[in-house]
Amino acid sequence: MKTIKIGLGTCGVSAGGEKTYEAVKHEIEKRNIQAIVKETGCNGMCYREPLLEVIDEGQKSYVYGEVTPDKAVRIIDEHVLGGTPVAEWVVQGEAPSEDDLFFKKQKRIVLRNCGIIDPNSIDEYIEAGGYQAIRKVLKEYTPEKVIEIITASGLRGRGGGGFLTGVKWRFCRQAAGDYKYIICNADEGDPGAFMDRSTLEGDPHSVLEGMMICAYAIGAQEGYIYVRAEYPKAVQRLKLAIRQLLAKGYLGKNIFGSPMDFYIKIKEGAGAFVCGEETALIASIEGKRGMPRFRPPFPAQSGLWGKPTNINNVETYANVPWIIMNGAESFAAMGTEESKGSKVFALAGKIKRGGLAEVPMGITINEIVYEIGGGIKGDKKFKAVQMGGPSGGCIPASMGDLRIDYQQINKTGAIMGSGGLVVMDETTCMVEMAKFFLRFTQDESCGKCTFCRVGTKRMLEVLERITDGNGREGDVAFLEYLANQIRYNTICGLGQTAPNPVLTTLRYFREEYDAHIRDKKCPAHSCPALVTYSIKADACKGCMVCAKACPVEAISGEKKKPHTINTALCIKCGKCFETCRFDAVIKD
Amino acid sequence: MLQVERSRQEKSESGFSNFKVELWKYQGELGALIPLLQSAQDAYGYIPESAIDYISQIVGTPAAEIYGVITFYSQFRLKPMGKNIIKVCDGTACHVNSSTGIIKTVESELGVIGDETTEDGLFTVQKVACLGCCSLSPVVMINDETFGLLTPKKVRQLLKEYREREPQA
Repeated sequence: MKTIKIGLGTCGVSAGGEKTYEAVKHEIEKRNIQAIVKETGCNGMCYREPLLEVIDEGQKSYVYGEVTPDKAVRIIDEHVLGGTPVAEWVVQGEAPSEDDLFFKKQKRIVLRNCGIIDPNSIDEYIEAGGYQAIRKVLKEYTPEKVIEIITASGLRGRGGGGFLTGVKWRFCRQAAGDYKYIICNADEGDPGAFMDRSTLEGDPHSVLEGMMICAYAIGAQEGYIYVRAEYPKAVQRLKLAIRQLLAKGYLGKNIFGSPMDFYIKIKEGAGAFVCGEETALIASIEGKRGMPRFRPPFPAQSGLWGKPTNINNVETYANVPWIIMNGAESFAAMGTEESKGSKVFALAGKIKRGGLAEVPMGITINEIVYEIGGGIKGDKKFKAVQMGGPSGGCIPASMGDLRIDYQQINKTGAIMGSGGLVVMDETTCMVEMAKFFLRFTQDESCGKCTFCRVGTKRMLEVLERITDGNGREGDVAFLEYLANQIRYNTICGLGQTAPNPVLTTLRYFREEYDAHIRDKKCPAHSCPALVTYSIKADACKGCMVCAKACPVEAISGEKKKPHTINTALCIKCGKCFETCRFDAVIKD
Repeated sequence: MLQVERSRQEKSESGFSNFKVELWKYQGELGALIPLLQSAQDAYGYIPESAIDYISQIVGTPAAEIYGVITFYSQFRLKPMGKNIIKVCDGTACHVNSSTGIIKTVESELGVIGDETTEDGLFTVQKVACLGCCSLSPVVMINDETFGLLTPKKVRQLLKEYREREPQA
C-alpha cells in the first residue's frame, strides 16, 4: 500500500498545504483508495511548498513540489492508482534533479525526523528510535557520565551564545540546592530565523527527550518550555506531545519506571524579543516585565525563583538524544576544531532555494549560497549574508570562502547567532539594513540601561538622516563612537550586540555610507529620498498609466508620446515605477 | 458598526464565564500572572479593567505592577481590537523581499496608518517583527492563519474575501 505524506508545518500551510491535504483525503475517501495519508512537519524545502511525497510499496520515495489541490488529484490518479509518477512535478525521485543539491551537503541530526514522521504521533517517534536514549541513560549512565558525554561531544549552545553545553550542565549539577529547573528557550525572536519553529512543529518529541536527559543529568524536577506567542502550531504540537507522554508514564512520577520524577510545562511568551535573553526569560516566567539582570549570579546557581536553572535552546536539546545513541565521538567527528557537529540554518532573502538546511560546521558561505541555496534570485549579484539577526552582522560576498564556525564568524564582527541567514543582492542598501536592525532593537529594548535605551535611539536618528539625504560629515565617526559606548555599557546581549549591524556594515560597506552622506546617492537605488525617477523616452509608449498613478501630478505628456517626470514635484513614492508595464521608468 | 458591537458584547458575556474558570485553575500557582492575562485576552479580545482587578486578587500583585507588565509586552491590549487582527511581517527576509509594498497596500486598502483599527471595527493592523515563515516572504498573519508569497494584488484579494465573509447588517 502506498503512503502519501503532506508537509503541514506553518510554512507549508501558508503556501496552501492544508487545501492540498483536504483534497487528497477527499479523493482517497471518495474513491475508496487503499493508501495511507499522513501529515508531516517541514523537511526544509520551503521553496517548493506545498510538498507531497508518495512512497510506493517498494519504499521508493517521490517528492512532488508546488502541489496544488488540482495537481494532487492528478498525482493520485496517475501515480497512486496508475503506478506512473508524474515526472514533470517530481522534485526528488529516482532521476537526479537540481533539488538534490539542496540536500547533498546536509547532515541532518536535529532535523532527522522532520518531514518524515507524523509529529502528532508519539508511536512514530518511538518507531524512528525515539525515547531509547533516555531509557539508556536511566538504565546505564550516572548523571555525571551523561555530562561527560555531552562535554566530550563538543556540543555548543545553538541559540547564539555558543557556550559549551556540557560545561553549562556541570555548573548546574554542582550548584547547591535540592530543587532545580531546566528551561527550553523557544522564544526564537530573531527576524529571519525559523529553525526552532520547524523543529518544534516537525519533531517535538526530540526536544522533550533532550530535556528529560538534561533533567536527569542536572537533577531537575521540573522543566519549562518558553515558546513565543507567534508560534501557535508549535504550542499545539507540544501540548499534544506532553499529554501523550503523561499518558504513557514517560513524564510525571517515576518516568519510564525509574526513580526520577519529571514534569514539563509550557509557558507562552507575550511578544517581547528581549525575553530570548535568559534572565529576561526567567523574569517573564515569574510573571514580571522581561528585564534582564546582572550576572553573576548565573542562572545555573540562581535562576528561576532563585533555584539553580539550566537554560538551553530548542536545537541544543534536539541534538542530545542523537549524541547519546551515536556517541560523543560521532558528533565530534563533524565540524571544525572548536565547533563540532552540525547547525541548522534558515536560508531566506534573495536566494533561489530558501528553506531550512542542516549542515556540518566548517562549510563555507559560498557552498551554502550557491550549492544548497542555488544562487541568487533572478541571477543578480550576490552582495552579502546577514547572520545572527539583529545581534549579528553583514558578511560581504568577498568573504564567501569563510568556513562557518563560531570563531571564524566572530572574527568578522558578526555572530553565528541562532541560524538565520538572510541573503542580499545588489538591490539591497546596506545602510538601510543597518537602519532596519537598529529600528528593531530600539523597539525591543527593555529600557533599563541608558546606553541601550537612549544610545540606540540616537544612532537610529543619525541613520534616518543619512537615508533621508541629510547625512553630514562626522556622522560616521559619531556612529562608531556611540556604538562602542553602547557595547560596553549595557548589561545584556541585546544592548551589547545592537551596534553590530552598524559596525559590520561600516567595516565592509563604507563606500555606501560615503555615497549617502557626500553624494546624496543610494548605490542600490533603494532609499526613496536618494533615488531620482526618470522616463526612458525610447521605451515609453505614452499609455499615460504612470501619469494617472502619480499622486502629485508630476508626470506630463500627450497620449502615445513619451512622458516626462518633473523632478521638482516628484515625491519619490515609486508609484510610476510600479505601474509602468514597459520598464520605461528608471531609478537612479 | 452595530453588528460588530453586538458581537463584541456577546463575546464579553460568554468570555466572562470562560475566564472565571481560568482564574480558578491558576489559583495558588507560581508565575500565573502572564498566563492569566493571556486567558483574559483570549476570553475578551483585550484585557478589561475588571479582569485586572480579579487577577490582582488571585496573584497578590498590585494592579499598578500588573499594568507595568501589560504595557511591557506587545501582545497585550488594553483596548478592544477589531474583529480580525492582521499582522504584517516586517522581519529581515520579508523586508528584503518588499514587505514595504505589502504594508502600503494594507494601509491604503483599509484606510489606516501604522498600528490602527479600521472605522468599521473589522480589522486591526499591526506591523510585527518576524512570524518565522521567512522562505515564503512576504508574509501576513490574519488571526491564526498565515499567508505567504504575497503580492499587493493577492493582499487586496485576501482582504476582499474577509470582508465578504461578514454577515450583511
